[in-house]
Amino acid sequence: MKMHPLKLDDRDRALVALIQKGLPLVPRPYAELGRRIGMAEDEVMQRMDKLRLSGAIKRFGVIVRHRELGYRANAMVVWDVPEAEIAELGNCLARYPFITLCYRRPRRLPHWPYNLFTMIHGQSRAAVCGKLAQVIGECGLDDIPHEILFSRRRFKQCGARYCTAGETVEPARTHEEATA
Amino acid sequence: MSESTGQYTELEQRLLNDFQQDLPLSPTPYADMAARLGVDEQTVLETLAGLQACGAVSRVGPVFRPNSIGVSTLAALAVPPPALERVAAWVNALPQVNHNYEREHEFNLWFVVTAADRDELDAVLDQIEAWSGCPVLDLPMLEDYFIDLGFDLNFAPQGRRQ
Repeated sequence: MKMHPLKLDDRDRALVALIQKGLPLVPRPYAELGRRIGMAEDEVMQRMDKLRLSGAIKRFGVIVRHRELGYRANAMVVWDVPEAEIAELGNCLARYPFITLCYRRPRRLPHWPYNLFTMIHGQSRAAVCGKLAQVIGECGLDDIPHEILFSRRRFKQCGARYCTAGETVEPARTHEEATA
Repeated sequence: MSESTGQYTELEQRLLNDFQQDLPLSPTPYADMAARLGVDEQTVLETLAGLQACGAVSRVGPVFRPNSIGVSTLAALAVPPPALERVAAWVNALPQVNHNYEREHEFNLWFVVTAADRDELDAVLDQIEAWSGCPVLDLPMLEDYFIDLGFDLNFAPQGRRQ
């Protein structure tokens, strides 16, 4: 799905800046968010609903950290797929529950020939390799060149930052971060 | 299963696994979760706070679709290994950078850069290139094949509930 940045007004931006840090853990979290930015609970919820309906919010719920939950191996597997086959293979790979990202990105020749990116999480390196072997077999990827980039160290895991109303605001959490 | 599964109570496992998506937009989401779990709201709030404190839960809230609010790209650098920590620390300090990993490859530093618009994004990439002396691979998402359904933690056999 291709996205173009949404048109947000200043009040949306203020809300996005706040909500990306998560809902406060209080009985009326939207009322609490509204209190911080001078908005009634109703307005907060209406604006949240608009963001959800627009497709800007991809998922809404409890966001876990894989590494802390025992899923310590995290491999970015990159594939060099002919353009004519990329949508079919991308859709095949995206169906697996252990694959948490599946994006087409540009090649950067000569340094970087890969155009399909997947993230595979597992409790060990061997588990990740086993899952990779499974998808190679099941999606028919034997002839597709690929590389596995295991993560070694995590230097930073926080959010992205966007500007709002002329000032820098707190990070927005993207999907990429949620699957770190 | 991993040894980590045993660290979590059944309630914690259900909070971690069963509410990753489609949290209803209700004024009282934690009371709603409590009703589904058959516990009281205060227990849900305290348990989530505990899971957050130990790092298992990042937060309760939205995951924004890439490039729906602002723009982002995946960037990579091939850093000479002796300089990696220094470059990683410098890149980390940029407010537009999140999610910075060392990976096993000639391109060994991978991070996401996010900005309000493409001009700001390009300026940050230029800055990183100039400072590090390493050409930046700029790999913006072109197509997303994935429908995010959360991540099944597979707390078998006792944990997973439908």
